[in-house]
Amino acid sequence: MSVRLDKVSKVFLDPSRPEGSVTAVDRVDLEVREGEFVTLLGPSGCGKTTTLRIISGFEAPTRGDVFISGERVNDQPPNKRDTSMVFQSYAIFPHMSVEQNVGFGLELKGRPKAEVREETARIMNVMGLTALAKRRPDQLSGGQQQRVALARAVINKPSVLLFDEPLSNLDAKLRDQMRLEIRRIQQSFGITSIYVTHDQIEAMTVSDRIVVMEGGRVMQIGTPFEVYSRPANRFVADFIGRVNFFPVTDASFSEEGLDADYRGVRIRAGSRNGDIREGGAAVVAVRPESLRLEPESGSAARFLRGRIDKAVYLGAVVEYEIDAGLDRPVMAVSHDPVVAGFFRVGDGVSLSFPPAAAHALAPEAVP
Amino acid sequence: MTDRAIGASLGEIRRLVRDPLLAFVVAAVLAALAVFILYPLASVIIVSLRPDGRWTLEIFRHVVSNPYLLQGFRNSILMGVLTAVIGTGIGFLFAFAVTRADVPFKRILHAVAIIPIVSPPFIGALAIIMLFGNNGFITWNLLRIRNFPIYGFTGLMIAQAVTFFPVAYLTLRGVLESINPTLEDAALDLGGSRFRVFRRVTLPLAMPGIASSMLVLFIETLADFGNPLILAGSRFPILSVQAYLQITGMYDLPTGAALSVLLLVPSVTAWVIQKYWVSRKRYVTITGKPTISSVKIVSPAVRSLIFAACLAVTAFILLIYASILWGALAKVWGSDNTPTLRHFLYVFGVGFKAVRDTLTIAGLSTPASGLLGMVIAFLVIRKSFPGRKFMEFTSMLSFAVPGTVIGIGYILAFNKPPLVLTGTLLILLLNFVFRYVPVGIESGVAILQQIDPAIEEAAVDLGADARTTFSRVTLPMIVPAYFSGLVFAFVRAMTAISAAIFLVSSRWNLMTVQIMAQVESGRLGAAAAFSVILVLIIFGAIFLIRALLKARYGRYGGSMLKF
Ligand SMILES: Nc1ncnc2c1ncn2[C@@H]1O[C@H](COP(=O)(O)OP(=O)(O)OP(=O)(O)O)[C@@H](O)[C@H]1O
Ligand SMILES: [Mg+2]
Repeated sequence: MSVRLDKVSKVFLDPSRPEGSVTAVDRVDLEVREGEFVTLLGPSGCGKTTTLRIISGFEAPTRGDVFISGERVNDQPPNKRDTSMVFQSYAIFPHMSVEQNVGFGLELKGRPKAEVREETARIMNVMGLTALAKRRPDQLSGGQQQRVALARAVINKPSVLLFDEPLSNLDAKLRDQMRLEIRRIQQSFGITSIYVTHDQIEAMTVSDRIVVMEGGRVMQIGTPFEVYSRPANRFVADFIGRVNFFPVTDASFSEEGLDADYRGVRIRAGSRNGDIREGGAAVVAVRPESLRLEPESGSAARFLRGRIDKAVYLGAVVEYEIDAGLDRPVMAVSHDPVVAGFFRVGDGVSLSFPPAAAHALAPEAVP
Repeated sequence: MTDRAIGASLGEIRRLVRDPLLAFVVAAVLAALAVFILYPLASVIIVSLRPDGRWTLEIFRHVVSNPYLLQGFRNSILMGVLTAVIGTGIGFLFAFAVTRADVPFKRILHAVAIIPIVSPPFIGALAIIMLFGNNGFITWNLLRIRNFPIYGFTGLMIAQAVTFFPVAYLTLRGVLESINPTLEDAALDLGGSRFRVFRRVTLPLAMPGIASSMLVLFIETLADFGNPLILAGSRFPILSVQAYLQITGMYDLPTGAALSVLLLVPSVTAWVIQKYWVSRKRYVTITGKPTISSVKIVSPAVRSLIFAACLAVTAFILLIYASILWGALAKVWGSDNTPTLRHFLYVFGVGFKAVRDTLTIAGLSTPASGLLGMVIAFLVIRKSFPGRKFMEFTSMLSFAVPGTVIGIGYILAFNKPPLVLTGTLLILLLNFVFRYVPVGIESGVAILQQIDPAIEEAAVDLGADARTTFSRVTLPMIVPAYFSGLVFAFVRAMTAISAAIFLVSSRWNLMTVQIMAQVESGRLGAAAAFSVILVLIIFGAIFLIRALLKARYGRYGGSMLKF
């Protein structure tokens, strides 16, 4: 079932602030299609949890409308909405066994005891919880609790599954594993899912599409490729992964993309986004792994020269910081150092990039 | 009010209108608090200011010009301050010994520090008379001293220190437990000497707890009635007893009321300081998991010293209980020590009505008070409605109001229409319910704050409505806390005297009041036998509730009820 937010805003009264209120969610438009896995990604306090709670019904939007399967649900309380939430703290009922926790949703629906038992057993089997059925929640590990929370949420066959940073309490290894498990469960049941995280790797690996948020507003909605390689603005480019920004002037558009002046050299970016005017200023974003480093030869006209300031050898890659006389060092990553060789601190290098790897953006950070 | 604030309370009102059950409960609780807590208090203050229909300060002028009454005020404050300091000192010693010093027999020390909390608060005074009084075992039987000056300051000081240090112990143990010992280890590691680490790290971290404990002890000592009634004597008058004597001996209600107002002022002041200032200064929450302590903060010599001091206090407390037990079994205390059961026979014969009445009153009032406490805790923590702050303040106020004041308030407020209750069972029940409601509220608040609201939201999310969520999720989670709150409320109801002594009648009497009467007429054996039975009943009840909780809720329930 689809979920649609139409210009949804949420304002909280907050007497501790001088203005007396805080806009946690600001005119958010979002459409999640049936069976899709969408992630809300953004820094702490950007309104992810609030958005999720508006969809589940725990917060009422101050303005705007929420639709689930095309039906406006603004006035439906959470217990009447066909959504299930996996809470960050798991919120497992401490006075019930694993089995009772998992079956609680069906029980509330008044299903016959036998059916509840059967269905609970089935779901616990799928989730690998069968051996733990009689345990109390305080006898479970973090990963097991997480699975109980997930099982409890999916047993009702909700139209929409909501996750609020469900993995933040787990250690790194378990996190990788659970991430795949969540994706597997979601795909096998085909449940429309909205997932909140502030971990970009997590977002990239599980999502069909990512919604990048900042200050209560949606910065970009797109596939992992789009938000990483074709970011809508500087905030998105910077928040997801590392990036070098090169400010350019005198932009001109062509078939191949955008050409502009960078410190006297004409450079080309293969794609662009945002409000850039012909003849005006822009910013060209290049990811560190797309920058090519070559020994300084003196002859070839490269767009930038510099000196290696820092080289960190990580085995698979070498990370460089290059002093090119700019106000920030340029970041570059080179792969497969065994074959490609590597530079040492103090070496002079010249930098280039293929136009396809460069993306032009409007100069201001956030529109 | 700003527009926004008005908007917010409009929102609250709208929510109430949409939820009539909530609106009804809120209104009923607020009304009950007003009638059974504020109205009696107001009555006391009004009678002291308007003894015969016109406003005047005459009564207070009379009190202030009477050196004997004024002496009572000074003595009360003095005892309050000294007990706060000494009691907190001993409490800290025990808490430090148990949590930090790694002394032997920790469990026994803990048990010894707990026993006085679950005993009648005047058992110390009774035992002191039996040990050091005119026929005292130590002063007379052993040392042959006649008229050892135990009545007055010395005796009362000892009795109150013994009675109230356990309260400090419980608070400070929680505080010390929650200070991560690795902080001390870190300071030692930085090269601090043990004493410096104690002074610069441990003590400052425990300071808010110490301050809070002192204020609580000050309040409880001011309100103490049983110990001074037995021990203070006429040369060392104490305010709470004076107020009682003004009313029961001289039938002077206005003066009694004025004295109790004098009692009320410092006590409520201390409470407000503790509630709104000191308790906010806590560096640490009391709940944290105790980390395994490496306990290097105490050197072996200091450990022995601490242990010796704890042993001395322990020995004295055991002596108190031994003498009570022995006194209950001796034919005539001090002169004829042949064992006899006649005091117990007396309790189960002539005195049994008081036992039955006490059990009835405590048995009825405790569950009601616990339930009210849970409801208030739930409303205050989980709901927002107009009057929430007022509800919180008023319901907790009983803790700060000395029993004497509230007792006088009840006879003033409920001896005339519209509510004539004096002499009935109901007045005692109401008094007990509202007086001990803070106990239930505190345990309710503690548990609700530990329960992640997301757990209740999870139930709603799965399709439960408000009532199902409360009954299937919230209630089962707070029931263990309800019962552990009940234990304390029951103990306090069983051992109550300061307010109840004004409200008993020939129809409804209490064991505590009986014990006082026996002491006053010199029948220490009967008093001791009553006390033994009282303590046994309380212990029995505690074990019963514990066993029930364990059986019903397993580990989850058993762990809730710890002392
Ligand atoms: N009940 C509330 N009352 C007042 N302000 C609130 C409330 N809930 C959230 N806020 C504020 O709204 C903003 C967004 O909060 P939200 O919890 O949605 O952020 P988030 O993106 O989930 O952050 P995090 O990653 O830290 O969980 C924050 O500034 C927060 O302080
Ligand atoms: Mg959040």
